[in-house]
Amino acid sequence: MALLQIAEPGQSAAPHQHKLAAGIDLGTTNSLVATVRSGMAITLPDGAGRHLLPSVVRYAAEGIVVGDEAKSAAVDDPLNTVQSVKRLMGRGVADLKTLGTTLPYDIDGSEAVPRIRTRRGEVTPVEVSAEILKALAKRASETLGGELTGVVITVPAYFDDAQRQATKDAAKLAGLHVFRLLNEPTAAAVAYGLDQGAEGIHAVYDLGGGTFDISILRLHRGVFEVMSTGGDSALGGDDFDRVLAQWIMAQAGLGDDIDPVMQRRLTRLATGIKEQLSSDESAEIHLELPNGHWRGSIDRETFNQLIDPLIAKTLAACRRALRDAGVTAEEIEDVVMVGGSTRVPRVRERVGELFKTEPRVDIDPDRVVAIGAAIQADVLAGNKPDAEMLLLDVISLSLGMETMGGLVERIVPRNTTIPVARAQAFTTFKDGQTALALHVVQGERDLVSDCRSLARFELRGIPPMVAGAARIRVTFEVDADGLLNVTALEETSGVKTGVVVKPSYGLSDSEVERMLRDSIAHAEDDMAARRLREEQVEAERVVEALRAALAQDGEQLLDAGERAGIEQALKHLIETAAGENHLAIKRAREALEKVCEPYVERRMNASVRQAMAGHKLDEFEEK
Amino acid sequence: MLDLKQNYFGLFGLPLAYPIDGADLAQRYRDLQRQVHPDRFAAGDERERRLAMQGAARVNEAFETLKDPMLRARYLLSLLGVEMDVTGETTHDTAFLMEQLELREELEGARHTADPYGVTARLMEHIDRGIKALVARMSEQFQDASPERLEQARENVRKMQFLKKLRYDVELVEAEFDEAE
Repeated sequence: MALLQIAEPGQSAAPHQHKLAAGIDLGTTNSLVATVRSGMAITLPDGAGRHLLPSVVRYAAEGIVVGDEAKSAAVDDPLNTVQSVKRLMGRGVADLKTLGTTLPYDIDGSEAVPRIRTRRGEVTPVEVSAEILKALAKRASETLGGELTGVVITVPAYFDDAQRQATKDAAKLAGLHVFRLLNEPTAAAVAYGLDQGAEGIHAVYDLGGGTFDISILRLHRGVFEVMSTGGDSALGGDDFDRVLAQWIMAQAGLGDDIDPVMQRRLTRLATGIKEQLSSDESAEIHLELPNGHWRGSIDRETFNQLIDPLIAKTLAACRRALRDAGVTAEEIEDVVMVGGSTRVPRVRERVGELFKTEPRVDIDPDRVVAIGAAIQADVLAGNKPDAEMLLLDVISLSLGMETMGGLVERIVPRNTTIPVARAQAFTTFKDGQTALALHVVQGERDLVSDCRSLARFELRGIPPMVAGAARIRVTFEVDADGLLNVTALEETSGVKTGVVVKPSYGLSDSEVERMLRDSIAHAEDDMAARRLREEQVEAERVVEALRAALAQDGEQLLDAGERAGIEQALKHLIETAAGENHLAIKRAREALEKVCEPYVERRMNASVRQAMAGHKLDEFEEK
Repeated sequence: MLDLKQNYFGLFGLPLAYPIDGADLAQRYRDLQRQVHPDRFAAGDERERRLAMQGAARVNEAFETLKDPMLRARYLLSLLGVEMDVTGETTHDTAFLMEQLELREELEGARHTADPYGVTARLMEHIDRGIKALVARMSEQFQDASPERLEQARENVRKMQFLKKLRYDVELVEAEFDEAE
């Protein structure tokens, strides 16, 4: 029996009550949008039948292009074509060096948030992601025939607060209402669990293009309880490509100083070979170089050796997640494979060894996350008031505060079920101290410098007291999206301060709002420009047709007065069409059409007469 | 709407007693979350969503406390008027402390043995047995609930803190072994 009956006869909401909602898998390499239609969760294709939207945005001279078209331009126009932007979400300029990949973009590092220089100006990763979200939301609302009331967007479980906040900002910028940020492995578990009616303890191994997540969940009558989660938010199939590209470079005798175009070409070549090695035992390599060709080959064994250290990293995270969940590998019923990189045979082999079970690949690993998100979106939109389903997720990274000596005081340990509120008391350490600096960090290490700095804020106005007398209560609240809100209160005086944690390298609310205003303004600009162009084209068409007609029969069918009236209206339209007021052009065209009405009528009569001339009536009647 | 102000036992519909059936507790937890979880109010207004978040956080906190034998004992003691100093008090039972030292030495030496996982597994078993024994003793002490017996329970909580810390450290060492593998 299904764990949850998706469509219950007689209980499904009437179509007009059904709120349009979608699940979005905003991936490093590809993105998808899915929705629940007639009780079935499905991913939505574009007009050409493609479900996957490459997460590539090109800032072309003629406009912003998202998806396959952008992807095919990536090699020729690398500086204006942004790929794998998910890797930059919520990251500071200083973090970019540690990402392990050299970015083929021109990055403005003068501010905390990296800005990519394109021919259409500087863009932040949040803005790039917003373009992908807009494209997906447009696809959904066009397919479903209405505006979306809300969406569920998936994020890697291992995303920290800054990365989650950046994702939410991107959605805001795209004009979307976010019901929930959902962890990708949890989404996959929903899709899989509901499909298979699974119960018991399960593992979800999610290796995408740029992120890795492992989650251990307990499924019990529609409740999905995440027991532990782990991973690496900067490890994925892109890294397989990178080590393979480096291997090819070494074999072909290329140095590190290759240009961005060459770099893109190599990456693309490596991706193709990796994919080929998933089915073939070996692959030929053919590389075009400025000074000729290089040919080589690689067998699967060599490729396996290259990626083994990367897979080993994922397995270490799996063992830690098992330990955190307090279960052994033997207790895991099934391990579900998610993400395109789990197509690599070596990955399946090693994961199978660790969990001592054949990994499950029943649902397309590319689509399973979007499908789970769609199911959750449908429930959150209120379309299934009787739904049994409930997701109890956890925070994947510990939250803490800096204390004396640069040490971290852990306040919310990792794998705590969210939402959660925790308070901790701090005090002053100097006599008469009136302010206290608070530094919020995220991570598992004991030293502040080894953790991720989320925010710094200051509690001011503490009444002067002897050292240790003040009682400052700091409350951490993590909501169901995994987002943190911190408030501090000096309890003896009631001085309060609060921050929604906005990392120093994130975007401030006002920045997001400015971008939002700009994008709305641009959208208006874009629309006005399109209308103008449409009217100009229409005016040209009318002018041309009229001139041709006048040349043909203007003399016979019009008297001098009529002719002068038409000529005047025609002149007015030509002049107006040279301007930029689309409404004025429209009015001028309509005025011309009005003046021409008697002429058009006469022309039609004349042509009918001409057509019938010389024919007998019965010839027509026979038809 | 659920009364979130009542104590954790009341919130879960349980009597004020120390022994708890884990499976029953988990079922009560899931039932409570079905009522209060923010996902139930995703389409609601700002205030509803805020209340749902607070409610779910409270239920989570209660569950964390009740399912853990040490946290549960400390919480129950405070409800019975015995406030423990979380960081400042420790056991002075010399025999117990000596045993703890020996266990720690064994953990330190684990990495140099032929079967480090065997050593940590044995330690884990030992810790679990110790915690179980303390739980059994505390169940009686809480049932009696006389000031002397509660004082004994308090001493047992202090011992349990040691065992929990040791378990945490064993897990850390095991994690190090995993990383090195």
